[in-house]
Amino acid sequence: MYNAISCNIMLVGRFGGGVLVIKYVTKRLLLLIPILIGVAFLIFTIMEFTPGDPAVKILGIEAPQEAVEQLREQLGLNRPFAVRFFDYIYKIVTRLDFGMSWRTKNPVFMDIIPRIPVSATLAFLGIAFATLFGIPLGVLSAVKQYSKSDNVLRVVSTILVAVPTFWLAMLLILAFSSYLAWLPAGGVHSYVGYIMPVITCGGPYGSAILRITRSTMLEEIRQDYVRTARAKGVPNNIIIYKHALQNALLPVITTIGQNFGAILGGSVVAESVFSLPGIGSLVILGIKSKDTPTVIASVLLIAFFFAIVMLAVDLMYAFIDPRIKAKYFKAE
Amino acid sequence: MKDELLKIEKLEVIYKTSEETVQAVNGIDIVLNKGETLGLVGETGAGKTTTALSIMRLLPERTGKVLSGNVTFEGENIFELSDEDMRMKIRGERIAMIFQDPMTALNPVMTVGDQISEAIYYHSEKTNAAGIAARVDKVLELVGISPSRKNEYPHQFSGGMKQRVVIAIALACEPVLLIADEPTTALDVTIQAQVLEMMGELRDRLGTAMIMITHDLGVVAQICDKVAVMYAGEIIESGNMEDIFVSKEHHPYTEGLFGAIPDLASEAKRLSPITGLMPDPSRLPQGCNFQERCSHCMEICTKKNPETYVNGTHKISCFLFKNKEDRGDGDEKK
Ligand SMILES: Nc1ncnc2c1ncn2[C@@H]1O[C@H](COP(=O)(O)OP(=O)(O)OP(=O)(O)O)[C@@H](O)[C@H]1O
Ligand SMILES: [Mg+2]
Repeated sequence: MYNAISCNIMLVGRFGGGVLVIKYVTKRLLLLIPILIGVAFLIFTIMEFTPGDPAVKILGIEAPQEAVEQLREQLGLNRPFAVRFFDYIYKIVTRLDFGMSWRTKNPVFMDIIPRIPVSATLAFLGIAFATLFGIPLGVLSAVKQYSKSDNVLRVVSTILVAVPTFWLAMLLILAFSSYLAWLPAGGVHSYVGYIMPVITCGGPYGSAILRITRSTMLEEIRQDYVRTARAKGVPNNIIIYKHALQNALLPVITTIGQNFGAILGGSVVAESVFSLPGIGSLVILGIKSKDTPTVIASVLLIAFFFAIVMLAVDLMYAFIDPRIKAKYFKAE
Repeated sequence: MKDELLKIEKLEVIYKTSEETVQAVNGIDIVLNKGETLGLVGETGAGKTTTALSIMRLLPERTGKVLSGNVTFEGENIFELSDEDMRMKIRGERIAMIFQDPMTALNPVMTVGDQISEAIYYHSEKTNAAGIAARVDKVLELVGISPSRKNEYPHQFSGGMKQRVVIAIALACEPVLLIADEPTTALDVTIQAQVLEMMGELRDRLGTAMIMITHDLGVVAQICDKVAVMYAGEIIESGNMEDIFVSKEHHPYTEGLFGAIPDLASEAKRLSPITGLMPDPSRLPQGCNFQERCSHCMEICTKKNPETYVNGTHKISCFLFKNKEDRGDGDEKK
């Protein structure tokens, strides 16, 4: 009897929890709208104030004055800033029309979409690489604090975090393409082309993950509950990987999420140095040619991905930590 | 002779940090027989938890260090066991510990049921899931928590219930020795009484020996067979219940301890609380550690460490008392 009742309550709780999750996710997605509008405004303004006339960029410096004027009129560049901005947002909201690239004359997403797989592959491989070496080595470093391996890992990870990405990329090219000739210096004609970009992106991010894993693990293994577990006679590796690591994971996952978002947006440097046709290199291309619609749309897409990843991170928190779950998904 | 379970001899423990060396335990001796309950009393910082952690070999790895002494448990020297034996045969199996602060002693991201079953899982030979689950239910019932709550997390429990869970973890493997480090200080008075009563019942039912660490002489009176009073890392007085609660001979510090609790039935001499503070354990004075706060302090107390006065089971470390064989001219006793 008692069990039946408590079972019912649990089921209702689960169900209610599910509805709450959906509500929470919807709320977060709605919140994205003002954020994205803000991002659009920011980029719009920045592009406005950078020097150079898009019409001149498109037609070339030699172009006659009337032609430039005509194009400006045609692109609507002569209207006031506010009008152009609201027109831009209005078209997106009503027709999902992000405009036309001034450089290629294609609708911007025709240029962007083929590039998504490249950036996505780089992001997934990069973050997988970073996580796979960051977490275990971070744990090792913490458990063997001040040992030789800890010292080596600390020095190497500090260097990797501090080193500029382009320098790392160029060193890799020098070593593996020019000198050893093992890997292509650029392009993604096969997966081999991803090896160096993945190391370039994943190395520094993995080092960041390693460092945060180390510091949170050092904190966790000194906690009272770890002592309780030891007093129970739980084996050491279980204490480290099950008890301490699970508690240490929250800040680690935040770092992973942030880095993932950043790489997903296209690691601009890695994509340029290794000439990968991803979103990051498209943004560079757009900025160089003052192709405002392409730049804004790309950045909006990056911001959108980033927000989605952060939402996933927050949901993961609730999955890992029952206290957070209780706070957001069971209340009311 | 009764069966000797635990024997601590001349145990000295320090904490060494970059700034200072804390002399937390300074040469204590404890003997505990099977099924007995020892009350370890003393004010905060006296070294009670440190003593308990030394028995379990759970001192903080980098800072805590046993300088000298031995801990013999069931005839085996604890300090000579391998780490693996310590884990398999001692911790959670023969000796269990209830930790001081139930708020932090539990893993926040594991259900209480899992935390209890872990203690069983790593010690029982036949590790079938159903058997373990049944034992978890049983031990939860034992401490007065409905087994239907075993899938909940620590944050869903009140402080008193967390304390019960911590006790349940310690009892799960039915240890021979249970070290309870202030199991009731985090609780309010009514729950305190309940938890103590429960522990007393469990002890009687399972025949577990216990070291009950506490500040509270009331707790000692309720549950213990023997008492050791600790001060600045030393046991300054020990004996059975009669020696401590009935005898008129006491260390001045013990007198003070009794003075610090209001006792309606007692005479006037038990009404003065101890003034002053315990000496800094990183800078202990020469001679008796209690000299600065002692109203009977003599010249010899500032020069030499006090000798131990023995009267049957009653031991007092103070120059106020002299052993019969040492006694020369006249009776110098206070
Ligand atoms: N990890 C540590 N590092 C340095 N010093 C410590 C450490 N743990 C305890 N000490 C010191 O050792 C002495 C004894 O501490 P201990 O925890 O054993 O006292 P206690 O009798 O259990 O006190 P309480 O009643 O407050 O729990 C204290 O002076 C304390 O400051
Ligand atoms: Mg203590």
